[in-house]
Amino acid sequence: MSENSNKLAPSRRQFLTGAAAAGAGAVAATAAKAAGPDPLITEIQEWASATGEGVDATPYGLPIEFEKDVVRRNVEWLTADTISSINFTPIHALDGTITPQGCAFERHHSGAIELRKEDYRLMINGLVDQPLVFTYEDLERFPRENRVYFCECAANTGMEWAGSQLNGAQFTHGMIHNMEYSGVSLRTLLEEAGVKPEGKWVYVEGADASSNGRSIPLEKAMDDVLVAFKANGEALRKEHGYPVRLVVPGWEGNMWVKWLRRIEVTEMAIESREETSKYTDTLEDGTSRKWTWVMDAKSVVTSPSPQAPIKHGKGPLVITGLAWSGRGSITGVDVSVDGGKNWMPARLGAPGTDKALTRFYLDYNWNGEEMLLQARAKDSTGYVQPSKQELREVRGENSIYHNNCIQTWWVKASGEAENVEVS
Amino acid sequence: MSKYRNLIVSTAAALVLAAPAFAGQFGLGRPALPEEIAAWDKDVAPDGTGLPAGSGSVEVGEEVFAEYCAICHGDFAEGVDNWPKLAGGEGTLADKDPLKTVGSYWPHLSTTWDYVNRSMPFGAAQTMSTDDVYAIVAYILYSNDLVDDDFVLSNENFLDVEMPNAGGFIVDDRETSEQHFWKAEPCMADCKDSVEITMRAAVLDVTPEEEKAESAAMAEDHAAAVVEEAKAEPAPEPEPVAVALDPELLKQGEKVFKKCKACHQVGEGAKHRTGPILNGIVGAAAGAVDGFKYSKPMKAAAADGLVWDETELGAFLAKPKKYMKGTKMSFAGLKKDADIEAVITYLKSYSD
Repeated sequence: MSENSNKLAPSRRQFLTGAAAAGAGAVAATAAKAAGPDPLITEIQEWASATGEGVDATPYGLPIEFEKDVVRRNVEWLTADTISSINFTPIHALDGTITPQGCAFERHHSGAIELRKEDYRLMINGLVDQPLVFTYEDLERFPRENRVYFCECAANTGMEWAGSQLNGAQFTHGMIHNMEYSGVSLRTLLEEAGVKPEGKWVYVEGADASSNGRSIPLEKAMDDVLVAFKANGEALRKEHGYPVRLVVPGWEGNMWVKWLRRIEVTEMAIESREETSKYTDTLEDGTSRKWTWVMDAKSVVTSPSPQAPIKHGKGPLVITGLAWSGRGSITGVDVSVDGGKNWMPARLGAPGTDKALTRFYLDYNWNGEEMLLQARAKDSTGYVQPSKQELREVRGENSIYHNNCIQTWWVKASGEAENVEVS
Repeated sequence: MSKYRNLIVSTAAALVLAAPAFAGQFGLGRPALPEEIAAWDKDVAPDGTGLPAGSGSVEVGEEVFAEYCAICHGDFAEGVDNWPKLAGGEGTLADKDPLKTVGSYWPHLSTTWDYVNRSMPFGAAQTMSTDDVYAIVAYILYSNDLVDDDFVLSNENFLDVEMPNAGGFIVDDRETSEQHFWKAEPCMADCKDSVEITMRAAVLDVTPEEEKAESAAMAEDHAAAVVEEAKAEPAPEPEPVAVALDPELLKQGEKVFKKCKACHQVGEGAKHRTGPILNGIVGAAAGAVDGFKYSKPMKAAAADGLVWDETELGAFLAKPKKYMKGTKMSFAGLKKDADIEAVITYLKSYSD
């Protein structure tokens, strides 16, 4: 342990740069007297005198340059190439619950394609009274709904099954985003085609070269699934399935088929590659669970965390994070600073809503000592987020998918944090 | 409903006349034609529903596999680099690191056929004939020791093949096997006697450096930057590199290059993937990039002094397999001359 502690972990380097930038006095900042007048106040600054950009400078804006490190990142060694791969949402640097599309994680199996609305077709076939083809314009004429849902890849936190690996909330928990979708309920479209009584499943597939296809039980398809074309008020970004994607609330992200082109009503599950060889969970004895669609309740402290160290020293500290459940809404989150010995109820930023991210805060007076920081989510079904040991006792370490264990950050006296596992 | 329909009839008569009487309440969309359904509805179910008539032998499969699949999956389906291994691993599912392959893990043969047919080869999906798909699947079975070398797979004997892990799956049972996670009121105080750190991520040190994101962003900006440069400094000297590249062509070339991206990288920080790095390839000697294993014909051409000038490169990109029989580059080729010109222009912007 000690021989490695000299190694500059990313968080440490980032921490040092940050501390240097903030100035030497930063640590004792709490209610300290100013050494002298602050030139940022006493001197006329350029921005207070000269003019800024005009309204024609940026027809569609990106975040200001000072926020350029708040970006998606990928882990190169995870996949053979970047086209069939995944990147991660910078959750350590975001607040609130809505994920901007531009930094929401991407997962493609054959790359993000460009499909024009004019070239878009959606087919409903199989066990229906009338197989139909819709254009994009057709979809816009059906009654529309707005709903906020999280989308979590089944492999989120999957690299942590055998032990702590990746040092940052972005990498351990960033395969998630939460958006407000506008679209048509799948039920409406299925009813338009008329589902035959023999129909028990729908098989949904995308228009890209991976033809990623998944089987969804008809019951779910007729419940809360959306055929969405807008996210957070604007058109879906290319990487999120422009012009149309499927939204399968509370269920694993792989089922949220992007560039949705076909919905087939079938008698049985197709058991495609993505629902047999992948997205199945192998247990310790070698048998595997299939059809593990629901994402169980889970939470993570996003700050402080390895990429978001404490730079202000002891005193008031905002401990914050995200919680979610695919089975319902978040009813509470507890936070521990001693590795799970004792827990304090956190404050929810807003009451939890169905299958959407909930922001939590613990307004804490930090004494400057090291913490083993954890969060534990509870949902409306009474489910309590388990520890990694509890999960391993049932599932072993080879599941890959659906790791919803309690995460631990070791926050040191310096304010740096590290991903650790505790007894 | 009828009122609504009348309204539509008056505005878009043709569309509604085509709609059947039993369509849903909105009367939107149009009936899917049988040819359209046939073109898209290609999935194959575990019981063989959707499987077209055809056949392919292990013998033919070995050849087809070598041509289309081996570059990523290896000659014996053993997998290259991080690409999936398709064979082996039987009996490892309960091990610490199970090897999940078609033979050791996949429960249905239909899945293999369906996936190869619709999603492979990577970068040229849906280009193989039905019989070639049967042959590839037969070869994958053979490489897993599940059939003999004289085996011929067809729609007739498809369901006779037994998959070793067919019985290895259970339906999600979390609500019973993990019932104890529904605790409602969990422990809040003195929940454990002691807490020790048992593992640290920094020890493993596999987290990407933050700078990565910036260099990736820089690579993306490269084309735009080159365009800017070209505009700013209109070719001072007749040096080949300084020649201003047509910005439109460059942009088009960047688009065309997406077809190449599955296998090739270009720009700062580019690495060999399935294909070699392409920095400075235009005008360079063939088969000469360090650290890449070229095919025999490419090595032979290199020895004969082949240089990738625009004419040679253009001919290669038009029909790789025809230009060079036996090349590892399993790419169908660029049909349009304009695309070839554009992609060569794009590659020129990455001259070393």
